[in-house]
Amino acid sequence: MTVESGAATTAASVLDQPAPDTPDQAGEFIQLLTPEGERIDHPGYPLDLSDDAIAGLYRDLVLVRTIDTVAISLQRQGELGIWASLLGQEAAQIGSGRALGPDDMVFPTYREHGVAWCRGIDPVKLLELYRGVSHGGWAPEEHKFHLYTIVIGAQTLHATGYAMGIQRDGTDEAVIAYFGDGATSQGDVNEAFVWASVFNAPVVFYCQNNQWAISEPLEKQSRVPLYQRARGFGFPGLRVDGNDVLACYAVTKKAMQAAREGQGPTLIEAFTYRMGAHTTTDDPTRYRLASELEVWKLRDPIERVRAYLVRGGLADPEFFAEVDAEAKQVGARVREACRNMPDPPPLALFDHVYAEPTAILREEREQYAAYLDSFEAGEKESDQ
Amino acid sequence: MSKLTLSRGINEGLRKALEHDPKVLIMGEDVGKLGGVFRVTDGLQKDFGEARVIDTPLAESGIVGTAIGLALRGYRPVCEIQFDGFVFPAVDQIVSQLAKMRYRSRGQLSLPVVIRIPCGGGIGAVEHHSESPEVLFTHTAGLRVVACSDAADAFTMIQQSISSDDPVIFFEPKRRYWDKAEVDTAAGVAGALPFDQARVALEGADVTLLCYGPLVRTCLESAAAAREGGRSIEVVDLRSLSPLDLDTITGSVRKTGRCVVAHEAPVFAGLGAEIAARVTERCFYHLEAPVLRVGGFATPYPPSRIEEHYLPDLDRILDAVDRTFGY
Repeated sequence: MTVESGAATTAASVLDQPAPDTPDQAGEFIQLLTPEGERIDHPGYPLDLSDDAIAGLYRDLVLVRTIDTVAISLQRQGELGIWASLLGQEAAQIGSGRALGPDDMVFPTYREHGVAWCRGIDPVKLLELYRGVSHGGWAPEEHKFHLYTIVIGAQTLHATGYAMGIQRDGTDEAVIAYFGDGATSQGDVNEAFVWASVFNAPVVFYCQNNQWAISEPLEKQSRVPLYQRARGFGFPGLRVDGNDVLACYAVTKKAMQAAREGQGPTLIEAFTYRMGAHTTTDDPTRYRLASELEVWKLRDPIERVRAYLVRGGLADPEFFAEVDAEAKQVGARVREACRNMPDPPPLALFDHVYAEPTAILREEREQYAAYLDSFEAGEKESDQ
Repeated sequence: MSKLTLSRGINEGLRKALEHDPKVLIMGEDVGKLGGVFRVTDGLQKDFGEARVIDTPLAESGIVGTAIGLALRGYRPVCEIQFDGFVFPAVDQIVSQLAKMRYRSRGQLSLPVVIRIPCGGGIGAVEHHSESPEVLFTHTAGLRVVACSDAADAFTMIQQSISSDDPVIFFEPKRRYWDKAEVDTAAGVAGALPFDQARVALEGADVTLLCYGPLVRTCLESAAAAREGGRSIEVVDLRSLSPLDLDTITGSVRKTGRCVVAHEAPVFAGLGAEIAARVTERCFYHLEAPVLRVGGFATPYPPSRIEEHYLPDLDRILDAVDRTFGY
């Protein structure tokens, strides 16, 4: 008995010990705009953005946050089944999204609403997925923005294969694959790193480290800072302040250009924070402290751009009023469109399984149509 | 016409596809310089280059996942999974990504990807080299699943699979790779039997024997033996496992009144179960006996020294045939 309890104690104490090298959370990152809104220069990343363009980024940030807020409300009102909020990650997404060329291809997760915005996708299309009327309603090739991928990390391989296709076509394009900190544990992501490396594929791996994979903090995924993983695969990795839209823009622009020029992949770790819940079904109070959120609120990705624009006299109150008015308008339109979004007709569930329906599918469709019709016929009879 | 092994038949079919369409790619482990562990891709990298016949890193999910990306870019990749038992690391990419992309995109995206899988037992291999995982894929909507059984069929079916705008799981009966048959490699695929149709491999009158892949030869041998005993077996090579060619199946069963399904995969919840249910629904008043199944047992694949007891052979197939006459 003594031996047994002793063994149990040993096991427990081993489990209680922290890993020897927990991630270096306070490590350096590339930053061009401080949380206070001060511009700082970085020799490797000169900024090629006009004041108007920076004001444009501010507008993007505000609008996508508005869309996100509206979507959360719509879920609470029963109009959406679920919503994955991007709150806190606006700069990481708008900065990288606006750095892309029109021909660059994006492979997103299910949270890339800001990038979708940059690719010209109507936010209402995003809501289709979360309302349950489609699995993704936009035209991926038209927007160069693939469907959302729910299975964690699977899209990084698609991105890499697509980049291998670009190599074979010999064109001047590149690919960006989005994923999160949790995804770095997936086999597919590691396989994508291997493939991209050995084939020198023109793909940028853009990891939004938002610190949380639902309830699991980063130390459950990695003992080294994520960007350092790239070295082991043989390509550069860097960490950027993910709440700094200017820095995210600059590093993405440079990495995409390197990919286009045949220099192969780059891993970008955008160090940010998921200020909201994982999705509307999640309750972060069960696993993280409110004080953590308070710290990150001081690093808000939108406030610092506003401070910069105001301090430099680069935008007047009228501009901010206009953006606010536009946000209101966009929010109202999204709300309205969501509420009026019709369900697909029931028989649409049989469509597009194969290029041409198989005999079994045709038969099932016909039988189910007849079954549905039998109710209508019954109703008509009882009406008479 | 020339006499080719089944392995060579596929090779010639792949060569035709590579010649015919510059978007066709071959990718997999050891498919380049080595020509694949079964030499199915022998000589193709030499003739078509490393950009089109790609030796990949050793990870099956990576092979299928990058093939999906290439297909999204307009290519037609043909992936080789080295052995049946190694396809499982790629199942998410096949089942959740490849099979569903057309549906999820409401018909906007096509993924013309072929996944070649050497399947089945009987070669004295170590574990994980003798599996029959076809129902994983027949149970996945959006995939076409086919199995070739001889060199001539393999030659045309691989080309038809590559031309298909749907993803295709292409099973190759590995213990038949060395079987020879006449193949007309000069012939085009235009006049060939479509790859989603079954083929009556041997006409008969008394009982229908349904099979595919490695067991087609076993069933033909069973039929020859039965004929000596005065029993006429009709052997139907299903060729397409999903979709199923029910017209050919039911046409045969209505004629004979009896039906046996044979496959190497476990009988429990195997393809035979689906066929038995469909045949019973459609041919109920034509049946003289219940549809019987013969196949692998509800066990993992056994060590090779006793695999002959697991695999349905001529005697077990004829035993099932005999039992259908006992009702």
